[in-house]
Amino acid sequence: MQIELTVNDKVVQWEVGNHEFLADTLRSHGYLSVKKACDTSCCGLCTVWIDGKSMLSCSILSLRAHGKKVTTIEGLPKEAEEFAQILSAEGAEQCGFCSPGFIMSVLAMKNELVNPTEEEIIHYLTGNLCRCTGYMGQLRAIKTYLGVA
Amino acid sequence: MKNVGHSIRKIDGMAVATGKPVYTEDLAMPNALVIKILRSPHAYAKITSIDVSRAESIEGVECVLTYRDVPNQRFTLAGQSYPEPSPYDRLILDQVLRYVGDEVAIIAAVDEKTAHRAMKKIKVEYEVLNPVLDFEEAIGHPSVVHPEEDLSVNFDIGLRKEMNITSSSHEEVGDVEEEFKHCAVIVEDVYYPQAQAHTMMETYRSFTYLDHAGRLVVLSSTQVPFHIRRQLARALQIPASKIRVIKPRIGGGFGGKQTGAGDIFAAIVTIKTGKPALIIYDRKETFSATTSRHAMRLRVKLGADLEGIIRAIDMEVLSDTGAYGEHAPTVLSCVGHYTLPLYNKTRAVRFDGKAVYTNKMPAGAFRGYGATQGTFALESTVNKLAEQLNMDPTEIRLKNISKVGETFLTGQGVALGSTTLDRCIAKGKELISWEEKFPRQEIGNNKVRAVGMAITMQGSGIANIGTASVEIRLNDDGNFTLLTGATDMGTGCDTILTQIAADALEVPMEMIIINAGDTDTSPYDPGSYASSTTYLAGSAVIKAAEELRGKILEQGALLLGVSVEDVEFDGLAVRTLRGDKDISFAKLAELTVLGNGKLQLVGYATHGSEVSPPPYVAGFAEVEVDQETGKVDLIDYVAVIDCGTVINPALARIQAEGGIAQGIGMALYEQVRYDEIGKMATNSFMQYKIPTRKDVGKVRIAFEESFEPTGPFGAKSIGEVVANTPPPAIAHAIYNAVGVRENQLPITPEKVFLGMLK
Ligand code: FES
Ligand code: FES
Repeated sequence: MQIELTVNDKVVQWEVGNHEFLADTLRSHGYLSVKKACDTSCCGLCTVWIDGKSMLSCSILSLRAHGKKVTTIEGLPKEAEEFAQILSAEGAEQCGFCSPGFIMSVLAMKNELVNPTEEEIIHYLTGNLCRCTGYMGQLRAIKTYLGVA
Repeated sequence: MKNVGHSIRKIDGMAVATGKPVYTEDLAMPNALVIKILRSPHAYAKITSIDVSRAESIEGVECVLTYRDVPNQRFTLAGQSYPEPSPYDRLILDQVLRYVGDEVAIIAAVDEKTAHRAMKKIKVEYEVLNPVLDFEEAIGHPSVVHPEEDLSVNFDIGLRKEMNITSSSHEEVGDVEEEFKHCAVIVEDVYYPQAQAHTMMETYRSFTYLDHAGRLVVLSSTQVPFHIRRQLARALQIPASKIRVIKPRIGGGFGGKQTGAGDIFAAIVTIKTGKPALIIYDRKETFSATTSRHAMRLRVKLGADLEGIIRAIDMEVLSDTGAYGEHAPTVLSCVGHYTLPLYNKTRAVRFDGKAVYTNKMPAGAFRGYGATQGTFALESTVNKLAEQLNMDPTEIRLKNISKVGETFLTGQGVALGSTTLDRCIAKGKELISWEEKFPRQEIGNNKVRAVGMAITMQGSGIANIGTASVEIRLNDDGNFTLLTGATDMGTGCDTILTQIAADALEVPMEMIIINAGDTDTSPYDPGSYASSTTYLAGSAVIKAAEELRGKILEQGALLLGVSVEDVEFDGLAVRTLRGDKDISFAKLAELTVLGNGKLQLVGYATHGSEVSPPPYVAGFAEVEVDQETGKVDLIDYVAVIDCGTVINPALARIQAEGGIAQGIGMALYEQVRYDEIGKMATNSFMQYKIPTRKDVGKVRIAFEESFEPTGPFGAKSIGEVVANTPPPAIAHAIYNAVGVRENQLPITPEKVFLGMLK
């Protein structure tokens, strides 16, 4: 089936299968920042934005993205770079495999939450797993980025 | 030093963080065949017939391979230096299947859907055999997991396959039985650390193709490119010179990727078809058809005098290696090697261990490599001893730990070169407020808070076995290329080795290009495991840099027309001591590499160490236990680390925080479980819980640097040692909170709750 959507501000028409998931569709069109690390919607690595909200692209049928605005980290070079600089100053992109999805969640959180507390930050990001860093460095980076204590 | 000791950003950090295509799957050719594996539904079975004709006839199926199509040469997937201690006990595909998930057939097709369709069309009949599932019943079980005649070992590892014993290990100094008779206090207990899954976020994957010269190229998410090359050569029966293994960026390993996984299947498909092929293990396969940490039973007996001096240690270990013996003998012996030297006032020690085959997923290398299990058992017993003696647990450690210059019974006379473990303990006590908090405080609402502690050590590289080779060359434009086989798996060794090279050469890091992890271009390195890279490859970098410096000075002097004693390095030039003449590296390179010079300057070194200096950690946990439900919340975890000189504080801290989090997972949440027919019950993140950011509480890291005389700029290792303290320290804190001594990991609320009822 053909769908039309906006990916990173570009309108595209893609042919997709009925059972195809958005994460796979995006990767097959070269958006290789999108990573997957589970088959059970548990890890958050595949996080992209749909109409500005962070979503798990592994769990959304590509058909459902028809008419929507999809944003991957490739579409936010400035914001991603700014936060990635802070993250890597902490060394908290260890293997980095979880980082793009994590960064998409952090950027969405910044848009959604005003002056979040540490608890709110942790709560917002619980769905983003990381096996390397133990999360502390990521939290330090977020606090620096948001300018909260 | 300009770079060493500074938190320098990783050279690949921005690329990986912002999602640039730098991992195996990103680099695979789009037309690569997709490989899927048909896996055994039975824990122990023999294929009596297999028909792939209907699968092969589906359009788009390139090949379907069974045990009849593969070389008849047993090998090991363990990534270890040759001669590997692990037994050669597996075939690429075998007629006998030894666990649920063992490989039955390899399917290669144009896409995933076609491969799946073909898989359903393969007809297999099995003779189902009686599996060995309980590792405590493996020895002497009526079923023998590996009866085959052609299983072989490189040297005696104490294998007795008819008994299901994979390997045996025994070490004894002094007479423990006699010594126990003189001890005023004796404590003893049995511990069961569980199988743990690595769950690196990038699952196992491998992409293979034939290059312009017909050689097999393997892009692999691996920690051990050179070992993968050797293992493929043996398994496929082709010369290693026909294989090139390249490691791109990899999404975590934790030891899991020190064991081969899909490489061999992709490789055989490419060899049979001549076509590029890609295998990606899904999460379920990664959980259920690769490796885990070895589950063990450890019996520990300690004897001490009334002063609390530990005089005798007796440790008996049974290790479950599952269906194949990857890393079985070495993980087993490391249980003793990385625990017994902690306490060296002993007069007698004994270690006796066996690894056994069972019909479950194989165990393998996992960060900590036996030390994790050994630390849980030994440290829990030391905590018990302290209680019995009515001593503070930190005091008993301070009385017994090894000091600089001292030896230990099983250490063959090697003296300890560096330790600040005493300072680590003191610092940790202060940070966690031990004096106020030990052992427990009621905080109302039926909740109790308590603290617990443990110490640990590991090695740095493998003494007399691990080596690292490094080449640094001065390029035609005055820049440098650093060639190494060390394998950055996110840990940052490409950055750390560049930092070390930059300081050793006294040039900015930007002038050094690092090229790593490619068996065609890298000098030999076993890979990143055994906490080796900083310690061994780092030292090789320094040696290579020194050699190159000498050559640059020599050539500089020659070109300046003075003697070599009269020149020195000055920024990016060689200058006379009098300061009247100089020549830039760029000019020097031009005059040596190009034109008449005919001499490219190269520094080269191979480094190995006769010792494996231990890094140390003192870990302190504070927990809150709900006495009504048994629920445990980790409030605070403090780890104070002696890794020698800290080369890059930010990266060391992240390594430590990550290792602690994995240890927390092992203590409280994670467990690989099987059902009654031997099928893994925990093959997704739904059933296998790894810590989320809500579960780790607060983890605080501090460093107490020592200076290791044999290490690069005084450095030791950090990668593994950080994983070991959480299980015993958290178990101790829980015991101090509610009096429940839980020796079977993980310590779930149910176990605490039931323990409180007793
Ligand atoms: S891939 Fe794991 S949540 Fe999407
Ligand atoms: S940095 Fe490796 S999984 Fe998060």
